[in-house]
Amino acid sequence: MSDHVASRGLYVAIFLALMVLTAMTVAVTYIDMGNANLFVAMGIAVTKATLVVLFFMHVFWSDRLIKVTVVTSLVFLVILFAFTLNDYLGRGALGVAGR
Amino acid sequence: MDTATAPTQTNYINVAHTAKSWLLTRDHKRIALLYLISVSVFFMIGGLFALLIRLELLTPAGDLFEAETYNKVFTMHGVAMVFFFLIPAIPATLGNFLVPLMIGAKDLAFPRINLLSWYVYVLGGLFTLAAVIGGGVDTGWTFYTPYSTAASNTHVILTGLGVFISGFSSILTGFNFIVTIHKMRAPGMTWFRLPLFVWASYATSLIAILGTPVVAIAIVLVALERTLHIGVFDPTLGGDPVLYQHLFWFYSHPAVYVMVLPAMGVISELIAAFTRKEIFGYKFVAFSSLAIAVIGFFVWGHHMYVSSQSAFAGLVFSFLTYLVAVPSAVKVFNWTATLYRGSISYQAPMLYAFGFLGLFLIGGLTGLFLGALGLDVHVHDTYFVVAHFHYVMVGGTIMAYLGGLHYWWPKMTGRLYNEGWAKFAALMIFVGFNLTFFPQFLLGYMGMPRRYHMYPEEWQVLNVLSTAGATILGVGYFIPTIYLLWSLKKGEVAGDNPWGATGLEWQTQSPPVTENFPVTPVVTEPAYAYAHQEKRFA
Ligand SMILES: [Cu+2]
Repeated sequence: MSDHVASRGLYVAIFLALMVLTAMTVAVTYIDMGNANLFVAMGIAVTKATLVVLFFMHVFWSDRLIKVTVVTSLVFLVILFAFTLNDYLGRGALGVAGR
Repeated sequence: MDTATAPTQTNYINVAHTAKSWLLTRDHKRIALLYLISVSVFFMIGGLFALLIRLELLTPAGDLFEAETYNKVFTMHGVAMVFFFLIPAIPATLGNFLVPLMIGAKDLAFPRINLLSWYVYVLGGLFTLAAVIGGGVDTGWTFYTPYSTAASNTHVILTGLGVFISGFSSILTGFNFIVTIHKMRAPGMTWFRLPLFVWASYATSLIAILGTPVVAIAIVLVALERTLHIGVFDPTLGGDPVLYQHLFWFYSHPAVYVMVLPAMGVISELIAAFTRKEIFGYKFVAFSSLAIAVIGFFVWGHHMYVSSQSAFAGLVFSFLTYLVAVPSAVKVFNWTATLYRGSISYQAPMLYAFGFLGLFLIGGLTGLFLGALGLDVHVHDTYFVVAHFHYVMVGGTIMAYLGGLHYWWPKMTGRLYNEGWAKFAALMIFVGFNLTFFPQFLLGYMGMPRRYHMYPEEWQVLNVLSTAGATILGVGYFIPTIYLLWSLKKGEVAGDNPWGATGLEWQTQSPPVTENFPVTPVVTEPAYAYAHQEKRFA
């Protein structure tokens, strides 16, 4: 963690990017894009989270073990969501009454 | 017995005697003993509630408790046993004591965080005890919604907070183990020279870190719905009760492996030491721990076949459940292959290991019955399920815990216990256990539902057998408490390596000094190099 010196300029740039993205989060709620609403909102949120994790949490400059750790925890979050959605989206898929 | 020569050299126990030196210790070995005492207290509380359950079920009528009281009794049995005994038992006591010793380290990577984890555990325990004393909780240890959020008028939030808080203690321990195993191995201690108990502790820590936050959040959401009526799970508020089951079992199925993986690690150590052989297929056994940790996260829906979970999801979860049985079977086959042509000695710890093999086999195989989509509908929420998970968690985890406690007792205390009594207790526990839980398979198959305080008369004989078994089991658990405590004062002095075992923990003095090793050891051999050892002594 001590082997990098991120410039103040980079931090300010990331901060401004986060502010712009926040404004976009608010702005898109005024536009109805139908089914795309969720995906656009989530896309902006994921971009913001990625910026925070990579730069403010220093993962971008960290060694491989830290990166593997971050990716692993994300993979497990995906497992939780994917297999839960597999239930909700899979209801009725096999033609079993009520299931 | 030689009781005259008490150990006189300085060790981690006699180095300081004040209460402060214990309550503010950063020594992993002292913290292990603090944990040993506190998990034992919860084991006794949980056991007391188990006794009350078996007393009520002695007769078909509900003559000891009201239905509501009975609900509280089995809930508090489950909460105390699962969250405050089974989950921390092996990692926090044996794991805390052994992980640094086994890898040749002076302590865990973060000794202060290790102490913090014990205080967090105690705080969580106090919250739960407050709920018990204040009138109890009746939701079952699973806190299923909508009952837990919309109907129950017992101490759901207080108990939930206790479980939530204690969850952080297993996260802290897990994270401490992972960093320690990565960063603090002695020179020469490569990954494939690690004892299998260390591999198992590593895999367990992964599960604890990745899974515990999910159940913690699920419990917080239950509390928020109860207090602020935020609709997450309650259908009348726009929520979905099945979502709770997804969140709960995402952690609570892997939690079974938090209980049983360290147990499997202990069994590997015991079998190697008492057959004087290298564990057959070391790498397969090591990687099967990781495989169980990962695949174990993909199977939680097998608890939800009779909920409104989609038939398609059920199919996928059933398939994956069969898959997770493979790495467990790899371990059992490899242990059996290790026994083949080993010079087996039937000392007390090995008797527990044999008990584990038999009981875990039955528990694991009946798990396959329950993983089957069709058969599960018949036995779901019956005593068949109760028998199955007690075979895995009590027959598996507690057998290994006791086996490990006996095996490392001389290292932890410097004293030997009475071998005759230890063998007798192991036998009583094995017999009592089977008599308690085997009849429950039959009861469940015949359709006796779990969590009822009354039942039809034709099921009384099997229930009486089960209660009789529980009495034997209770006595069996009580005997070690007596002779182990007795050994502290009167036991024969153990010496550094009473079993002639390999492993760094046996190369230092008993009990070890605070820094574990006077000189950092250098490792030149794989684990379980018994073949070399025999040659050296020949
Ligand atoms: Cu499960």
